[in-house]
Amino acid sequence: MKNKYLLGFFNDEEVLMHALEEVKKETQAPIHEVYSPFPIHGIDDILGYKRTRLPIAAFLFGCVGLSCGLGMQTWMLGYDWPMNIGGKPYLAWPDFVPVSFEFTVLVTAFGMVGTFLLASGFFPGAPAKIPDPRVTDDLFCVAFNSSAIGDKAQAITQALKHHGAIEVREQEVEL
Amino acid sequence: MTYESPLRRPLITGKTSYKQITDDIAGPVEAKPTKWWTYGFAVSFAALCLYLFSVGYLLFTGVGVWGLNKTVDWGWDITNFVFWVGIGHAGTLISAVLLLFRQKWRTAVNRSAEAMTIFAVVCAGMYPLLHAGRPWVIYWGLPLPNTFGSLWVNFNSPLLWDIFAISTYFSVSLVFWYVGLIPDIATIRDRATGLSKTIYGVLSFGWNGSAKAWSRFEVVSLILAGLSTPLVLSVHTIVSFDFATSVIPGWHTTIFPPYFVAGAIFSGFAMVLTLLIIARKAMRLEHLITLNHIDVMCKIIMVTGSIVGSAYITEFFIAWYSAVEYERYAFINRAFGPYWWAYWSMMTCNVITPQLFWSRKLRRNLLAVFIISIFVNIGMWFERFVIIVTSLHRDYLPSSWAMYSPTWVEISMFVGSFGLFFTLFFLFAKFLPVIAIAEVKTVVKTSSEEFIAETAKKDGIQVPIEVD
Repeated sequence: MKNKYLLGFFNDEEVLMHALEEVKKETQAPIHEVYSPFPIHGIDDILGYKRTRLPIAAFLFGCVGLSCGLGMQTWMLGYDWPMNIGGKPYLAWPDFVPVSFEFTVLVTAFGMVGTFLLASGFFPGAPAKIPDPRVTDDLFCVAFNSSAIGDKAQAITQALKHHGAIEVREQEVEL
Repeated sequence: MTYESPLRRPLITGKTSYKQITDDIAGPVEAKPTKWWTYGFAVSFAALCLYLFSVGYLLFTGVGVWGLNKTVDWGWDITNFVFWVGIGHAGTLISAVLLLFRQKWRTAVNRSAEAMTIFAVVCAGMYPLLHAGRPWVIYWGLPLPNTFGSLWVNFNSPLLWDIFAISTYFSVSLVFWYVGLIPDIATIRDRATGLSKTIYGVLSFGWNGSAKAWSRFEVVSLILAGLSTPLVLSVHTIVSFDFATSVIPGWHTTIFPPYFVAGAIFSGFAMVLTLLIIARKAMRLEHLITLNHIDVMCKIIMVTGSIVGSAYITEFFIAWYSAVEYERYAFINRAFGPYWWAYWSMMTCNVITPQLFWSRKLRRNLLAVFIISIFVNIGMWFERFVIIVTSLHRDYLPSSWAMYSPTWVEISMFVGSFGLFFTLFFLFAKFLPVIAIAEVKTVVKTSSEEFIAETAKKDGIQVPIEVD
């Protein structure tokens, strides 16, 4: 769904960071999102993003993978069809380590990446919701939701320009 | 912003800007293929056809067309399998281990090295598949419910561990590589028009470069790196278990896992260098893959080569020290038996040549690095041949001693596997960005020549920047 956004464009990430801090101080306007061609360290704090919970998801997937791998081998060789291999114990757990480990890694990797894509709404063929095609090249963009900033638009535009934005415009776009 | 000492050598030479980096890396993807690409692709594709022919012949006739006999029942097939798996290890090391160690130089080489990993594992995986004789029933190796009386696969067998290790390694490497590619594919998508915009659009998963997405992306990359690091060590460890858990003198040694892992990284880096020295020249990326990058990779080759060298010597010493007659014979036979030439080729290529990299001049001489990297590749192939064939060909019963030589099928399959590898690599180099665009941009403000000169001026340091 298209909405109206106030977009401020920068050509340097340090200038952008500084400008965001200043604009936040001056206008207290809520920032919708920042778009950049590469990760900018420290921007999460300015935007007030909490640390992602993906590591927790990864850990849980790891637990699932480990228990499935270990459980599968134990059940198959220990209970379902015990095989006598040279009189060795049926449940030779050291032998189960490699496959359990591989299972853990496999389920964690796929589960975590799947969660990441799902949470971010990324899938093959998903529409690219970007403010400008140059934000994947050399442009940095901050977006304010016009309905959320109300009458502060003027003040924000001025502050952005003052702190180094190369372009500020209001645009109807799907983000 | 992180502070980087101006005394460090630059990772990006010359003048640069974010736009310039995008143009330099995305340019070859958008342009028509160059003459060199076309020639290279044609040769690789011809070799791939040879591969398909020999594999076809093998499948129609059976593994009897290989030169194996009842004494030497593993030959070039397993040699080439271990060879190709080893090649892949450098990619994961660069992308995962160096990410955990925060080595900035990895950004220029990780993408192509990871691609190499995937293609090398494809080549490797074909060998056990074909060696199984009937690849169409290879799923019998998986723990699937079956009609044979719910008899399960044997989880005590290292060969089964290998199936899990290789397939996990392949799929996790593929995911890691693709996740890293998504932002760069989006960059190409936003520059493209028409049909290619649609295709890259589908492949880019709708990436938008938002701060939220980047923040998650970085965490995902870090965790994938954390997972891949033990994974890469486990893979070659498990490959070495194929040998080490047996009772064959020459195989039954505890040194195998670390020695195989070091050897894998050693050979992988050699292959990375062989390819990148050509690619940086052909694609005009010398300012992004600099001599400094080549220099550090040579140092890794030297370190891992020294580990491998000391492992060879340790192995020999322990064979004598163990006082086991058979163990001693296996090693004496390796060095002075009928396969002495293989052993000494291995020793020369793997123990002596990497030591040349103590010389800074040689590390920064492209021709020398290129030649040495090829010697290392040859040496590491011989290592696997020596381990497999010399340990098998003279077993406990002298009446069954035998020699082994490959037939044309094995030879053309090996030559052809390079065709498979290079065909995939050429396609990758044409259609996907060979350097991680977004990642290189993150080091511009810390490690480009321009920036270093600026910091040095600010700090009042005389910087001995060498422009090579």
